[in-house]
Amino acid sequence: MTKKSRTLSIKGRGLTSFESIMWLFTRLSALAMYALILFGLIGALVMGARNNMNFADVMRWAFMPNVTHVQSTDLESTDAWVTPFWKLTASALLLVATAHGVHGLVVIADDYIAGEGGRKFVRLLSIIMMASMSFMGLWIIWTS
Amino acid sequence: MGLKRDVSLSTGLRYRGPAGYLTFILHRIGGLGMGIFITLHILASFVGGRFGGAINGIYENWAFQIFIFFCVMFHAINGLRITILDLFPKLLDYQTEAIWIEWAVFIPLFGISVFVIMQTALGG
Repeated sequence: MTKKSRTLSIKGRGLTSFESIMWLFTRLSALAMYALILFGLIGALVMGARNNMNFADVMRWAFMPNVTHVQSTDLESTDAWVTPFWKLTASALLLVATAHGVHGLVVIADDYIAGEGGRKFVRLLSIIMMASMSFMGLWIIWTS
Repeated sequence: MGLKRDVSLSTGLRYRGPAGYLTFILHRIGGLGMGIFITLHILASFVGGRFGGAINGIYENWAFQIFIFFCVMFHAINGLRITILDLFPKLLDYQTEAIWIEWAVFIPLFGISVFVIMQTALGG
């Protein structure tokens, strides 16, 4: 059996509609989240996490580098963990993850809700969710 | 907007594709699980107080930790497979092999995680 590739290159697909741009965004944001989580993990190790927290706490920090995630550890001081640098990293991760996740929920809903009105409602709901989650997340990051 | 698949929820859940249907449905469950958890977690942290504390207490349970770690690990590893194959479409011919590699990475990683979580939970 000869295998012939049935696939188109990224360029050949023509990223014209919002949905197809979001298709690419979903892939690229996944890579971005890998990079940001790895960055948080390395950052924690550079700041000496090896000596005063267990691996679960390091991962909790990596998945969202917010200081509340390391307050229950044996750190002597969390000064290095509350800098604007980490708040910016956490904000970037939050916004990328929210966009990726909310769009994912829309994709799932679209598989089960085929009506035009239902889909419009899902989109309205997703915009509300996107805005409120981003706002609340940023609020928590920058006030903690 | 002429796309009408008219697929009911139960038919959708019983979907069996030629390859990778298990990863498809687990990816979906993982994404939903994380979406619900993170939404509740952000809400609880934003509200704070007794309500927030009660909601945020749920994920200290080891059973929940195993569930959410399954969601995160599987979604991340399966997502990386999808990303690599989609960005380099020629590799899509080897999807079945890629799924085997994916399981070979996921099972040991998740197994170790479950072991560590259980050890912490039972060893106090």
